[in-house]
Amino acid sequence: MSILVDKNTRLLVQGITGRDGSFHAMRCREYGTDLVAGVTPGKGGTDVEGVPVYDSVQRAVAETGANVALIFVPAPFAADAILESADAGVPLIIAITEGIPVLDMVSVARYLKDRPVRLIGPNCPGAISPGSKAKVGIMPGNIHKSGRVGIVSRSGTLTYEAVAQLTELGIGQSTCVGIGGDPIVGTDFVGILRLFQEDDDTEAIVMIGEIGGTREQEAAAFIKTKVTKPVVAFIGGATAPPGRRMGHAGAIITGEAATAKAKVEALRDAGAEIAPSPADIGLTMQRVLQGR
Amino acid sequence: MKIHEYQAKTLLAQYRVPVPPGRVAGTPQEAAEVAREVGGRVVIKAQVHAGGRGKAGGIRLADSPEEAEKIAGEMLGSRLVTHQTSAEGAPVNKVLVEKAVQAPKELYLGIVIDGSAQMPVVMASEAGGMEIEEVAATTPEKIIKEYVDPVIGFQPFQGRRLASGIGLEGKQVRPAVAIISGLCKLMQEKGCSLVEINPLVVTEDGELLALDAKVNFDDEALFRHPELQELRDDSQEDPLDVKAREYDINYIKLDGDVGCMVNGAGLAMATMDIIKIMGASPANFLDVGGGANEEKISQAFKLLVSDPKVKRVLVNIFGGILRCDVAARGIVAGAREVAVDIPVVVRMRGTNVDEGWKILEESGLDISFASNLKDAAEKVVAARQAS
Repeated sequence: MSILVDKNTRLLVQGITGRDGSFHAMRCREYGTDLVAGVTPGKGGTDVEGVPVYDSVQRAVAETGANVALIFVPAPFAADAILESADAGVPLIIAITEGIPVLDMVSVARYLKDRPVRLIGPNCPGAISPGSKAKVGIMPGNIHKSGRVGIVSRSGTLTYEAVAQLTELGIGQSTCVGIGGDPIVGTDFVGILRLFQEDDDTEAIVMIGEIGGTREQEAAAFIKTKVTKPVVAFIGGATAPPGRRMGHAGAIITGEAATAKAKVEALRDAGAEIAPSPADIGLTMQRVLQGR
Repeated sequence: MKIHEYQAKTLLAQYRVPVPPGRVAGTPQEAAEVAREVGGRVVIKAQVHAGGRGKAGGIRLADSPEEAEKIAGEMLGSRLVTHQTSAEGAPVNKVLVEKAVQAPKELYLGIVIDGSAQMPVVMASEAGGMEIEEVAATTPEKIIKEYVDPVIGFQPFQGRRLASGIGLEGKQVRPAVAIISGLCKLMQEKGCSLVEINPLVVTEDGELLALDAKVNFDDEALFRHPELQELRDDSQEDPLDVKAREYDINYIKLDGDVGCMVNGAGLAMATMDIIKIMGASPANFLDVGGGANEEKISQAFKLLVSDPKVKRVLVNIFGGILRCDVAARGIVAGAREVAVDIPVVVRMRGTNVDEGWKILEESGLDISFASNLKDAAEKVVAARQAS
């Protein structure tokens, strides 16, 4: 099977009438995802290429049984969109939007705590399960291949790079998840690693981290005690200067623990195989799988 | 967004945080005037967006208005090099002139966002005056923390716990709690990503005073605070960084000679890393972003080759939202406009890659093509040796 998204996914797209929202909603549907609804306040009753648009998430869920929300709403209004889906009882929310104020996310995270809702992102590429033909995000579908390696990453295009390397070597993926590049994200590495560990159809895991924060160290501690499947890791940003934000709001070296070196050491100590360069992620996984 | 110490102190004062008497000065005469108003011994502080000013000679004492004028004259118009600036240093266009304070006790107070806890965290330490990262690395037990729950906000009992935790007692507790509450309010109301007082001192009279202050704003929240735009000082940044911001390109100038242009922050960092692994050095970080159009790609290309240190270029595009044909057209437009005469290696993959190649091939520009990341890095590193 896979994690997060699969054949049972009934997708709702918030912001479906916008440029990015409509474009990617259609790519998700073409890939095979069951796209059931769109939401844009004020445009209820219309449709986008046959997909019914509703004024509210509550209405869309009631009429279509949507169980995954994908968010393209612009940053100033994105926190409200996440809260609306959470309030309507959507169990999985994937927020693509980049540039949400961090204090907005503090409130969102607090609201979601202790509620039966999982948020992926924001500022992430989404999730894709090639074997189930389910794509909920902005990644190019055609580079993926069905298989048994799970990928979790803080980045978008670097994830595509890793996927392409695996696919070229004939190694398919169970699910690929981008958790997002912001300082506050709904689900961290540990949350996804736990799902991969429990997923019978995931045999090995690729984890792609980067400078900033301590999420990779928390992942290392979890891998050490709870993950029995092989993990291949790469940490981006070994050449990044301290104190400068490297594109992602969360990618900034604020102290020793935030450096690539400290993260690599923690992951190596936890038993993960470290890819020596970003060009060797696929080869490192191939070696690990052949050695089993 | 970073601001100067004098601007941060003005904000702090608005939130009832006590700061030493003084004012900012743009000329030596003005500095003398402030010194006269303040009276007695004053401290002259160079206003740059970087720490480590004391050790670099950017903080000096003056015993008279004449001396203040002389010191300010030396500082103003110079460039201050600290361990946090580039080798060229940052320009000193203003100095802060304040009453010099005798302080037997130096403390630390700061608020940042804790990504793991998903909340702001207030940190206090009795090891003030040194960088908090250093305290965290060497004596982490000296830092105490309280989290700010967004539902109830920061509470006075947490303030009392922090105050007593850093050795404040009796009459000092109440003002300390007021200061911390003020910082939390400032953070919330102005959308800050960092608020810091280091050091917070206890004077000989037992008063609490913010001797130095640092406030950073969350770039993503600036749209809600148009009034903060006037606090921006572009002179403190590299001119290329400023230009990049105008075009909405994520660019950071570095010291190497391989210019790079990539889509996506993670891939951009990984591209810098592999350049280094192959034995060369990146000249910059450049992420054109997901929704880039031809115009933006062309601007980004021109920007990166306008750095005179750049001797060769690596373009790495993994098309997703950004289509390769759009990227190729942008590269061709940019390269033609600046008549680029250094080696350019392009690696492209993903959406519309065939169209992208065709555009580059038919342009007649001298571009080397790479099939994958490793090949691209090898080719760009070899390019210099050939030229």
